Formats: sequence, structure tokens, C-alpha cells
Amino acid sequence: MYFGLSDDQIFFQENVSKFLADQASLDVIKLISDGGNDTKKADIQRGLINLGINGLLIPEKYGGLGLDLLFATAVSQSLGSGVAPVSFTGSYVMAPIAINEGGNDGQKSKYLSGIADNAIKFGVAFTEYVGSRENAHISINNDRVSGSALFTLDIEESTHLLVSNQNGKIGIVETNHKGVEVIKLTTIDKTRNFSEILFNDVDIDILEKTISNDVAIKKSIDAGRIILSADSIGASQTLIDKAVEYSKERKQFGRFIGSFQAVKHMCAEMTADLEPCYALLWHAAHAFDSMPDEARLMACQTKSHTSEVAKVIAKKATEVHGGMGFTDLMGIHYWFKRIGLNRQLLGSPELIREEAAKIQGF
Amino acid sequence: MDLSYGPEYKNFKKEIQDFCNDWKGVNFSDGVQISLGQSFDNKGKTITRTEWQSILIERGYFARSIPKEYGGYGGEADIIKSRIIASEFSNAEIPPAMSGQGIDMLVPTLLELGTEDQKKKYIKPTLLGEMIWCQGYSEPNAGSDLASLQTKGELINGSWVINGQKIWTSTAQYSQMMFCLVRTEPEANKHAGISYLLIPMDSIGIEVRPLVDMTLKAGFNEVFFTDVSIPESNIVGNRGEGWAVANATLGHERGSLTNPNATMNRVNSLIEMMKAETVNGQRLIDIPVFKDRLIQIQGKVMAFQSNSLRVLSSKLNSNQDTKIASMIQKLVGTEIRHELEGLAIDIMGEIGTLYEDSPHIRDNGSWQFTYMYYLGLIIGGGTNQIQKNIISERGLGMPREPKAKEV
Repeated sequence: MYFGLSDDQIFFQENVSKFLADQASLDVIKLISDGGNDTKKADIQRGLINLGINGLLIPEKYGGLGLDLLFATAVSQSLGSGVAPVSFTGSYVMAPIAINEGGNDGQKSKYLSGIADNAIKFGVAFTEYVGSRENAHISINNDRVSGSALFTLDIEESTHLLVSNQNGKIGIVETNHKGVEVIKLTTIDKTRNFSEILFNDVDIDILEKTISNDVAIKKSIDAGRIILSADSIGASQTLIDKAVEYSKERKQFGRFIGSFQAVKHMCAEMTADLEPCYALLWHAAHAFDSMPDEARLMACQTKSHTSEVAKVIAKKATEVHGGMGFTDLMGIHYWFKRIGLNRQLLGSPELIREEAAKIQGF
Repeated sequence: MDLSYGPEYKNFKKEIQDFCNDWKGVNFSDGVQISLGQSFDNKGKTITRTEWQSILIERGYFARSIPKEYGGYGGEADIIKSRIIASEFSNAEIPPAMSGQGIDMLVPTLLELGTEDQKKKYIKPTLLGEMIWCQGYSEPNAGSDLASLQTKGELINGSWVINGQKIWTSTAQYSQMMFCLVRTEPEANKHAGISYLLIPMDSIGIEVRPLVDMTLKAGFNEVFFTDVSIPESNIVGNRGEGWAVANATLGHERGSLTNPNATMNRVNSLIEMMKAETVNGQRLIDIPVFKDRLIQIQGKVMAFQSNSLRVLSSKLNSNQDTKIASMIQKLVGTEIRHELEGLAIDIMGEIGTLYEDSPHIRDNGSWQFTYMYYLGLIIGGGTNQIQKNIISERGLGMPREPKAKEV
């Protein structure tokens, strides 16, 4: 019995963290978030691809590393921890899983190999299935797609888009195809970009197996939820570490503020809330990889529970920093906002709990 | 990641299942311990508690790693086997081996720090349930600040003479022995002045007064000592080393207060109840706000269960460090359980407040009882505020509070 990340997974995770510490300091994150340095942003993405994050989940026969979702959580945790301004969840987790699960051999060979050798990058537009709003009406008929998809993930530098209708039928569209309009959204989290995509009667390559069932999209969303949870856990851990560190440096009333129980107990509570999330996350990823009966419920519970925990940590850790925590200067808000957005992506906690109830037949 | 226990445990699991089948419905002629939220089917054989303990020891299902000469099974410790036993017993509703402060705290302490005579004299009857122990630590003026305790022990003519008072002493009314912290070195500073003594409860000068708790069911006691005299040899460790001896056992207590699998069983019982009960003609499980709160607590319990698997794994794999994951268990486990039991009461509404032998009561009032009982556990065993100090100071390395002036 071995519960937890393996040495290989920890090693890979540390490499990602080291790379980010080196290349994506808070100053760099600020510059990129202010829109001032797109070249640097592309460099960071390229550096991570050199480490192999694009091919993690792609089977070896398509040129990938053939690793499992647990491995990907290890990476995502590092990305969240460093509020990395890069694509991962959509392009390198949800897309390969959806294609591997829903595509025919030709589609798999073309697109998975494309992702693995970085010739293809996907944005993921599944909002219509997860939580359709404003009468988006993605309609897929006779290999043509029309409608709008809000909150498309990882659109930047994408060559292709995965889009689904409300039944979970998934198809692939080229991003620069005539009739695809990308409308940039501005969210609180400026470390990542999100867009609305308008499709005006565009050619679409339907993933063959998704015509008859929604297994592929469900798996893809489960994986996405687990990976977003890992991102929030990473961000939460950084916030706790920063709060503890600050409390050991900042003095008031002639004492380090970390010696006051009011502060200490906030840090202990954050820790006690977060620590079980790691175990839940790994358990859920393992269920996704090898315990299909439990996978869907665990994915829902992980996203919902982790989102609740992370929200409270985002608030408390900011409070421990006092007024400085509220400033742009200190930058705590990057983690606060990352957590705030992750919470809503692919379903807010209440919607996901409703789903968790349905899965159990309630 | 590997959640399987490995093929070598397959046979063991089968063996335990067979054992459970043979003993299904076993019950005790000398009373059953309070078991929270569990009701055992008792239509099987009737034996005594002590007989049950010896059957379990003989087969290595209990006291597994305790040497034979002290009454144990004399085998290798095996965490996975313990876990299989616990879960199969629980599935089959077979009563587990007795637990209690003697078994959980005193026995490990004696094994580590006791003299050969003490091990021979005390461990076996304790394991068999013939010798029940209570813990004499807290005093009216020494709670969270335990080391300020004042019960006094003086060595007079080869005997310890003890005067003072202990409080929150569970099981004192039927214990044969108490392991007790006593101030024997009044000149030394507070931590260095304490000794760990073993006191027979039938000694002249001991008075036990019941202290009923808010559940009105379980109870503590106050124990008063007036010139109680015990042999000089009834000390574990040296004079003035009692604090260190006690700390060895506090760790054991904290680990034993919370069991995530039992908590998940309660979640499942709550789900059953929510499917069976209605209000205004609607099933409780179909009421969205109740359902949402249920799923929320289920998620918390799942996380807590996974956390305990992680802690278990670290005991089997030396490369894993789960210091913080272990340290939070008492705090998290007691808070979750209290919240869960309270949720059940909210969901039942007025019916949820029924107690004792009231008409219309559900599940013997166990939700209300456990809700209150766990408030006791939140406070006991090192209050959850003290737990937060431990997590922040020892886990996160935050600075200790500067010493305040004594008042």
C-alpha cells in the first residue's frame, strides 16, 4: 500500500516549481498580468512544454508520456502555487482526455500526436454542457456548428477548439477558421485568459464516439475539475506559507504578530482545512485513473470541497497580512483571484454538489 | 499510488471474515461498553468480556505486538492487519476489543518506560479487561495548563502519601487503578516537579464523586485524595520525570479519539434516515438545502478519510512525511463529527431534540447524544484551541506566546 505521490511525480513537480521560481517571479507575473509582456508569457509556456507538460496524458503510441491524472495533479499544484500564467487544464488535460475517449483512430492519431509534438494546441469550449447561460445555443448540425461558448479555457495561441453542445457531443474547429470570432473576456484573474467564442456556421470535425454518448465529455470534465482543484490547493498552500512567513517578520505591540493566538489560530485553521484536501485530491485522481465506479463522485466532491476550503484560505491569508494584504504591491491578490476563478470554472460548488447528489441517486 | 493491501493479506481477510461469521451476535454477560452510534445484534453466544479479550489475543487480533510474557500475542506489529480487523469487525457488527485509557495509554507507557515488575504485574490483567484504569491528570486549576497541577505526593517512610484532587476522571467509579500525575518535587520548576504514580483505587483516603456531563448519560468524576498511601515502587520513570512519561501517553490518546470510517458510517446512516423520513409530505433527501448540506459534509468526511489513509501509508513507507496530516486529526475529526451529528438534528427538526425514552424518538436519540458527546471531545484530550497552538507552533514553526505575568 502506498498512498500519495510517487518519487517520480514529486521530482517532476519540483522541476516545474523550480522553473517557475526562476522564470515567473511575482514581478514577471505582474508584468504579464498588466498585459506588458506577451513574449515572456510565451517563453514560460514554451519552457513548460520543454519539460513535457503537453504530452503527460497522451498515450505513448501517439508520442506522449502516457502518464496518469495523478501525475497531472502534481504539475497543476505547482502551477497554482506559482500562479503560472500558462495553459494547462484545457489544452493538456481536458482536450487529450476528451479526444482519447471520444475520437476514432484517425482523430486520435491526428490530434493527440499533434498535441504531443506541440504542433496543435487546443482551447476548450464546454460551457454549453457544464452551465449554459444567456441562451448560448451551441448547435451542431451536419458537421457545422453555430452559437456562442462563454469562458473558453486556454484559448491563447490555440490552433484548434474543442466545442460541445448541451448533450455532450464534442467537435473540433480550427481557431482561425472563417466564422470563428474570439471575444476576449476580462476576469478578476489576469494570470490566465478566457474568451467567448462565437461560431457562425463553421466546419466541425465531430469526435465519433461522442455522437452516441456523453462518456468523453464527462471524463474530460471530471479530469478538469480534479486539475482545477489541484491548482487551488497549490495556490492555497502558497497563501498559507506567505501568511506564516509574514507573521514571523511583522511586529506590533513589540511582538511578532505570529505569536498572537488570534493570528496563530487562523494559520492553524487554514492548515487543518487544507491538509486533507491533498489526500482527497490524490484519492480522486487515483479513482479517475483506476476506480471508475467512484471516480465521478470523487471528482465532484474534490472540486466542491476544495473550492470551499480555498475560498476561506484566500480570505484568512489576506487578513493575516493586514493592510498590506489588500495592496497590489504585495500581490497576495493574484492567488486570491486565481482561487476565486477556479471556484466557478466547470461548475460552482453548489451546482457540483447537485451533480454529486444525482450521481448517488438522491 | 496503490490502495491494495497486497495478496498476502487476502487470506488474512478471509480468516477474519470467517471468525466474524462464527461469532456473529456475540454478547457479554458482564455488560457492553458504551459504543457510540452503533447497535450490535446480540443474538449470538454469551461470554464474558475477559473471555472475549483472551480469544482475540490468542488469535493475534488484539495486543498483537505485545510480548507473550506480558499477556500479549507476541507477534510483529502489523498496521494493515489491524485495519482489516477493524473494518471487518465493524462490517459484521462484531464488538471490537476493549479500549480505554489503560489499554490505549498505560500499556504503551509501561512497555516503553515501566520496570520489569510493573510490566509483569499490570499489562496482562489490563489487556484482559480485568484491571480497568483511569487517568488522573487534570485538576480544577490545571486544565490546558496541565503542568501547573498541585496534587501533592510526599515520600514518607517508604510510601508516597498523596493529597489533592483530580477532575474529569472518566471511568474512575469502576476502575481498579489510576495512573496519576502528582507534584513530588515542590522546589523544582513546574514541569520538573511532577512524577507519574500508579494508585490502587481501593486505597484508604480516596473518594470518588460523580460529575455528570451534559448528555446526562456518560459521566466523569472528581477524585479526592486524603493522605492516600501507596508503595514507593509505584512510580513509572524517575522522580520528577512524570511530565515526559505523560507526554508519551497523550500522543496515544489524541490518535484514538477520532475514527473517519465510523464518521462515514454515520453519514450513511444519515442518508438512510433522510430517505426514510418526510416533512410536509416531502422526503428529507429531496429538500435541496438539506441535500446540499449533506453533500457538503460528505465531502469533508471523504477528505478526512483520505487523510487517514495518507497517515497510514506513511507508517508503512518511511519516505513519506505526514507530520501535519497527523497533527490535525484530533481537531478536524472532532469538529467534523460534531457538525455532522448537529446536521442530522437540524434535518429532523423538532423530532431531532427528542431524548432518552421519549415517544417518537429516532435512533435511540443517538444523534443528539453524540452531538453533545463530541462537544466534550472537542474540549477534552487537549482542547481544540490547544490543538491549534500545537499545529501552529510545532507544525508551522510560529513563535510561542511570550510568557505572561502570573496572575
